[in-house]
Amino acid sequence: MREIDVSEVKETVKKLCIDSNLYLGDDVLKAFKEGLEKEESPAGKDVLEQLIENAQIAKDNDVPMCQDTGYTVIFLEVGQDVKFTGGELKEAINQGVREGYEEGYLRKSVVKDPIDRVNTGDNTPAIIHTDIVSGDKVKITIAPKGGGSENMSALKMLKPSDGREGVIDFVVDTVNKAGPNPCPPIVVGVGVGGTFEKVAYLAKKALTRPIGDSHPDKEYSEMEKEILERVNKLGIGPQGFGGRVTALDVNIEKHPAHIASMPVAVNINCHAARHLEKTI
Amino acid sequence: MSDVKRISAPLTDDDIKNLKAGDRVIIDGKVLTGRDAAHKRLVELIDKGEDLPVDLKGQIIYYVGPTPTKPGDVIGAAGPTTSGRMDAYTPQVLKEGVKAIIGKGARSQAVKDSLKENNAVYLAAIGGAAAKIKDSIKSCDIIAYEDLGPEAIRHLEVDEFPVVVVNDAYGNDLYEKGREEYEVK
Repeated sequence: MREIDVSEVKETVKKLCIDSNLYLGDDVLKAFKEGLEKEESPAGKDVLEQLIENAQIAKDNDVPMCQDTGYTVIFLEVGQDVKFTGGELKEAINQGVREGYEEGYLRKSVVKDPIDRVNTGDNTPAIIHTDIVSGDKVKITIAPKGGGSENMSALKMLKPSDGREGVIDFVVDTVNKAGPNPCPPIVVGVGVGGTFEKVAYLAKKALTRPIGDSHPDKEYSEMEKEILERVNKLGIGPQGFGGRVTALDVNIEKHPAHIASMPVAVNINCHAARHLEKTI
Repeated sequence: MSDVKRISAPLTDDDIKNLKAGDRVIIDGKVLTGRDAAHKRLVELIDKGEDLPVDLKGQIIYYVGPTPTKPGDVIGAAGPTTSGRMDAYTPQVLKEGVKAIIGKGARSQAVKDSLKENNAVYLAAIGGAAAKIKDSIKSCDIIAYEDLGPEAIRHLEVDEFPVVVVNDAYGNDLYEKGREEYEVK
């Protein structure tokens, strides 16, 4: 067994919370620059130029790139040969979020009760997805998720006979309905298969893949490509002002499904496609 | 796209008539902030026929919920929030004389009709460009509802704040127009 003090987890979470909100990933920046070459609409080009400039200002001045610094979603891969010491793991993660959002001057966007709507004041509790894997390491992936794009996401239980085309149509339709609201150019995370709750998790996880990355299974990478092409024909464009670049990328994650079921989930991410990971 | 136009509050009816969907606009000077909770309170006062804590005539309202202000800074990152949440309140606020609203995302038909009726415009700032917009804000003072924290009504002094006209006073909608122009069927 390898012992890991939870204070190391806390410090890692804290740093990842701050860095993911202040520094736009190279994959996103590269996608903006490629988008600028593809975009035909002057308004769309102007948006992409301003987004590139915004990322630079955020980095230079240590300011969040977006004021919605998100709900902190954490994917935790824990090696089964790890023993945590020095306290409780979940509390250490939440403490990392608490300190990160405070010290990074990040906006606290979590309310304690969905009806009462009183802010928890420290952006906790984080949403933590834990996966037990082999080995003696811990991989922490942080994906702060903004509310505007999250609200445009959707889930549908299709019929198995709806097949490939049914999946593609549902994803394109969801992006079409979202229009300008989720701050395009977006990244589209798609989950296919599993069960009702599993498919939403898959769609969220798909958003943590780098932009430009393709699914290893050829059938799914071709679906990703086809959806991206169809989405970019919708004409929504950057910020919805009209244009060719509505989405920067489409990532699909799949899972075995029940003989009767074909769940599909679409999780939309705004252009600030934040995700950072560290293995300890 | 047309040339960049400049506006500053208080806005006149002629200022609004001159703005068309798709126009790029630079705002200088005074902008009021307000979002969900502040709108709810304003509309409650309007319904009761009571005085408002701020005169809305000719004003520009910006939907924003900034990040906390760092020591030495005027404001935190300050990009626009999704406007649809304010749809229920907007027609009443426009009746009080607000001439321009800044946010991001689509508006309801009722809001678009109300913009026409009241000769006002809906402007979009770039969603997510919060660090860049922060740089154009020169001062920030709370003028009402301090207890609402980040949702309090603030007076911002802006310099070169870039926006785009989405809904003009003639019923045009850039989101619809732009999509039609670039959609591949």
